[in-house]
Amino acid sequence: MIDDAPSAGRIRWGWFIAWVILMAVLPLVFDDTHTLSLMAITALAGLSLALMWGYAGILSFGHAAYFGLGAYTYAIAAVNFGESTVPVLLSILVPALLAAAIGAMMFWGRIGDVYLGVITLVVSLILFKFMNATAGDAYKIGDARLGGFNGIPGFQILNVPGDPSAQIFGVPFYYVIATCLALCYLLCRWILSTAFGRTLVGIRENELRVELLGYDVPAHKTAVFTIGAGMAGLSGAFFAMWAEIVTPGVFALGMSAEMIVWVIAGGLGTLIGPMMGAAALTLLKLMLGQQTVIDNSLVLGAIMVIVVLLIPKGIVPTVAGWRGRRERSVASRRGQASGRKRRAPTSAAGAGTGSAP
Amino acid sequence: MDYAAIVFLEIVYMIAFLALASAGLAVVFGMMRVINLAHGEFVMLGGYTTLACVQAGINVYVAMLVIAPIVVGLIGLVIERLVIRHLYGRMIDTMLATWGLSLLLVGIVTLIFGSSAVGVPTPIPGYTLGAYQMGGYNLFIIALAAVVMVGMWVVLRHTRLGLIARGAMQNPEVASALGYDPKKVYMATFAIGAALAGLAGGALAPLTGLLPSSGGAYIAKTFITVITGGAAVLSGTLSSAVMFGAVNQIVSFASTPVIGEIAMLALAIVLLRLMPQGITGRFFRNST
Repeated sequence: MIDDAPSAGRIRWGWFIAWVILMAVLPLVFDDTHTLSLMAITALAGLSLALMWGYAGILSFGHAAYFGLGAYTYAIAAVNFGESTVPVLLSILVPALLAAAIGAMMFWGRIGDVYLGVITLVVSLILFKFMNATAGDAYKIGDARLGGFNGIPGFQILNVPGDPSAQIFGVPFYYVIATCLALCYLLCRWILSTAFGRTLVGIRENELRVELLGYDVPAHKTAVFTIGAGMAGLSGAFFAMWAEIVTPGVFALGMSAEMIVWVIAGGLGTLIGPMMGAAALTLLKLMLGQQTVIDNSLVLGAIMVIVVLLIPKGIVPTVAGWRGRRERSVASRRGQASGRKRRAPTSAAGAGTGSAP
Repeated sequence: MDYAAIVFLEIVYMIAFLALASAGLAVVFGMMRVINLAHGEFVMLGGYTTLACVQAGINVYVAMLVIAPIVVGLIGLVIERLVIRHLYGRMIDTMLATWGLSLLLVGIVTLIFGSSAVGVPTPIPGYTLGAYQMGGYNLFIIALAAVVMVGMWVVLRHTRLGLIARGAMQNPEVASALGYDPKKVYMATFAIGAALAGLAGGALAPLTGLLPSSGGAYIAKTFITVITGGAAVLSGTLSSAVMFGAVNQIVSFASTPVIGEIAMLALAIVLLRLMPQGITGRFFRNST
């Protein structure tokens, strides 16, 4: 994890190209583009949390707030405008603005890890409760009725910019999402390669030290929180188009929990891990949804507990550790301190135990 | 006049509800610095235990006041042995693991009891106050919350058990040097916290109805009550329960229950913003 820091911004182009080719070929192999699209959408949501949590150490317990807000913004704007270009842009902008406001409040207020978890959780709950209570004619924005528990159905799905009648669905829709996913991945990599990104990693490792070196820690954290929320908003907009209905369920606690499971199962501190985790667990969920023997939340919960207890690094770093970095994985297993350090990176105690040279 | 009395009773009831539902979480958090996100599911399990007992023909008071705490306390004990004890001192990991546990418990209960809503009959009939009909069971909840709070205070402050518990939490090394095993104290504390959650779940089941997912309704409220209250188990929980209960009910009477709940949550954010260093600074100094 820590050794990941210097190379955080470096892209292995070979792997990247292989991944893009894989995404391009998948629809030719599997007929079910509906499932593939959802996997790409959740991968994008996972990527947004991976950036915030894995690299800047900001654990949002209510990431679904921004995902859901993106979905609602898109639906409301699409009903009003009758096309999709402006709504998509708004679905990035609105969650980003909310995150900027909340982030500024939290980070300049020097709110610690645990409080941060509570506040992000409470924000998503407020949105959930509010949206559930918006049934009736009193709650409408423009032409869009918020619809309370039933949500907003029947809005314009993605269309070619400038031509609302040219709707994009099926295989082309998948390619649009996959392209956005690849671009967002490159964006994250680019961010992490800049001085800004390196400072973020520094904050995760030792917030106090970075602060004493003269960096503006709250500004950095607010910025990355905003970027992550915007990305989550975009995935929410795609989700709305995919489902063709938006319900308050997008804000639910279970949604936030799922996102966290994607990241910790895939591997905290990597970008590819959470994307793979999201895609794999989405597929698993859809498969579980087709049978009624095992409850879905049982499986999700079991995965969460097992991962935290047994593979706290996540699957991708663990597998990467097997190949060629044996001695390092032995060293990190010896002292659980490194794992502990990573999960509570901004703790004041970090200054005392200080692990990074 | 009657209306004022009703409003007052409803406020007191809400405060009692929050204090009772949060007691278990407050013990676990205040004493062990462990945030148990499966607390809502412990409450839910207490409710289902009561339901199963009532269906088996056991007296409802025995079911909720005796059997539910014991059963949920034992479940808590098992969970502490299997999961929590591996994670002491790693607060974020504990939160993630208990969140996973909560999903797991919801899944298990859904498998056993099904996912449809069920209810426990209310054992106390309503009464009339002026022109209004009131639920008599609310008064029972208020009394029970008061008994639980006083009971916790007596145990923590005036018994040897409470002394050992407080000592082991403050300084595990010294407690262990004096012959008290901190691991056993932690284990017992977690089980007692779970038992209190079970008691709350059993007692509240006739009012709230039961669903496998109903734990989610508790976790947010109890979470903010305990965290905002701070590390002091009793005074913290009571003070924030009073504040949140009052705000929730007053705003609910002025507008709608949903707005009341949103007002409570918004107040929690404001309070946390005003007191940012409170528990966290304290917690991290103690743990590592």
